[in-house]
Amino acid sequence: MAAPSTDLPPARYEFGGDEFVFVELDQEMSLQANFKAMAITSALRAENIDGVVDICPSNASYMVRLDPDRLHPVELADELRRLEHSAGELPADFTVRTRIVDVPVLFADPWTRETLLRFRDNHQDPSVTDLEYAARINGFSDVGSLIEAITGAPFIVTMLGFVPGLPFCYQMVPRERQIEVPKYVRPRTDTPERAFGYGGAFAVVYPVRGAGGYQLFGIAPAPVFDLSQRLPDFAEHIAFPKPSDVLRYRAIDRAEYDRLRGEVEAGTFRYRSRPVKFRPAEFLADPDAVNRRLLEVLG
Amino acid sequence: MSGEVVVRSGGLSTTVQDLGRDGQYAIGMPPSGALDQFSHRAANMLVGNPVGAATLEATYIGPELEFTDERRIAITGADAPVRLNGEPVPLWETVQVRSGDVLGFEMLRAGARPYVAISGGVDVPEYLGSRSTYTLTGIGGFEGRALSEGDRVPLGELGSGGPRPGTRVPEDLRPALTGAPELRLVVGLCSYRLTESALQEFLDTPWKVTKDADRVGYRLRGGTIEFVERAQPFGAGSDPANVVDLGYPIGSVQVPGGNEPIVLLGDAVTGGGYATVGTVISVDRDRIAQARTGDRVQFVPVDVEAAMAARRERAARLEQVRAAVAG
Repeated sequence: MAAPSTDLPPARYEFGGDEFVFVELDQEMSLQANFKAMAITSALRAENIDGVVDICPSNASYMVRLDPDRLHPVELADELRRLEHSAGELPADFTVRTRIVDVPVLFADPWTRETLLRFRDNHQDPSVTDLEYAARINGFSDVGSLIEAITGAPFIVTMLGFVPGLPFCYQMVPRERQIEVPKYVRPRTDTPERAFGYGGAFAVVYPVRGAGGYQLFGIAPAPVFDLSQRLPDFAEHIAFPKPSDVLRYRAIDRAEYDRLRGEVEAGTFRYRSRPVKFRPAEFLADPDAVNRRLLEVLG
Repeated sequence: MSGEVVVRSGGLSTTVQDLGRDGQYAIGMPPSGALDQFSHRAANMLVGNPVGAATLEATYIGPELEFTDERRIAITGADAPVRLNGEPVPLWETVQVRSGDVLGFEMLRAGARPYVAISGGVDVPEYLGSRSTYTLTGIGGFEGRALSEGDRVPLGELGSGGPRPGTRVPEDLRPALTGAPELRLVVGLCSYRLTESALQEFLDTPWKVTKDADRVGYRLRGGTIEFVERAQPFGAGSDPANVVDLGYPIGSVQVPGGNEPIVLLGDAVTGGGYATVGTVISVDRDRIAQARTGDRVQFVPVDVEAAMAARRERAARLEQVRAAVAG
């Protein structure tokens, strides 16, 4: 089970009552499973089937919400099985066309530090900070090396959800280099807006203040969710991240954080992003080479 | 003519709801909408509104409302003594109100959520195609929040015609509020995480609704469920209830810790890392919406065809309501 594999098990089709079809592509997380989820859901979206209400790709699965008065769930499941073969078996030259985005993060910031100290009793190791704990259990000599590992290779958005606009981000590195941390023993009742957290093998930026169970590593100056749609990046949509976005988390200092906050408050902030494409097959063969190329695009 | 209704008291938690907001689930925004769709739709029919018009959904303690013009109203859903200017008002019936009339609720006798439909509909601005309130991010409805004292809630223009005052939904078409609803469940999703005997126990247990029961979901207690032992798959997290984060259907049941099933409702979190073991069929979300703290719910396994049949039955029952209301 623990060994990385390139072949996925047969997909499982499940009815979530009469309004949902849930498809599990794998029980374990892998980029292969996520690429397959993205390919099938993109193909489904292109079919524009009447009665399909929401198409929700997830990490290693996907889910479709339907209107059963217009589309029978059994009929939809049959179509999804067909798509598993026509769209889900990725050809070697399959190309992901997406964008790479620079996401500044102030690590070990005063705000998440205040929060994590307030909830020390909910943590696995109350005697150290979340960063110190994560560095230790992942075999890093110090917090600096952990931050270097996080900022050294890009992440890909493998799922949106839990609350509106929250991106689940999976690092584009082989499994043996994945950082993995448990969630808090008991979830916190508070998390600052824009907190950068890590749980399981996923990094997130919290869209809104609220409950949360991920380890707290830092804070992003820029929002991922903007109901007022005041910033130009949000003109068309209230959530910034999109599935398959490639995000490069970049460590910044307090001076840059304050400057970027000023831009956000003035309504002038824009994420730095560039269109990119990459082939999953090439990536799986030589992730470091593909990552180097992706990061070069960002400059 | 458009007008407004003045909120003299918001009750415990009264929000504007309609059929819900579709198309945003993939970014993590649930549809919201009236939890008890049957009662919401029937209330609209009684006042001559389209079923998609926005109504007020109250929780446990109803609001006190003062009308500022002539309207017809109807109250459906939970069973509560309701008074207009101190005089009892029948439920599931078209009622005429005039400027200055005050509607008030007493303690509920059964159920959890009364619905108030007002002719012309509640006319708050639409947000992403719906007037439903989603309080977590504060969108839709009246300023994205529950109603409170002093709010002046806009109402839509009055159409002509519609049911006359005194028009009733026959009793046999109204939902039964037993306090012990059966919830039909399509077993599946990640039910492989439960041992066979644990699944049987889950279905045999009368689960008690805890005080953590709101529009996001209902937390239940009453038994302990065992997970199949396994080496946790990569990325899932170390707890046996954990799976690699995935999408949660509305109505899905997850069992964190093995002893606290949660049934997700209209304001659901759209995904997360707990194993889901099945989904309450859409029609029976009407039933759980009327369950309250201390009630016992029982899950009854059905297949997807039974879920579809139940949906057709509800649609047929609503057509009977429409026919009865049309007189």
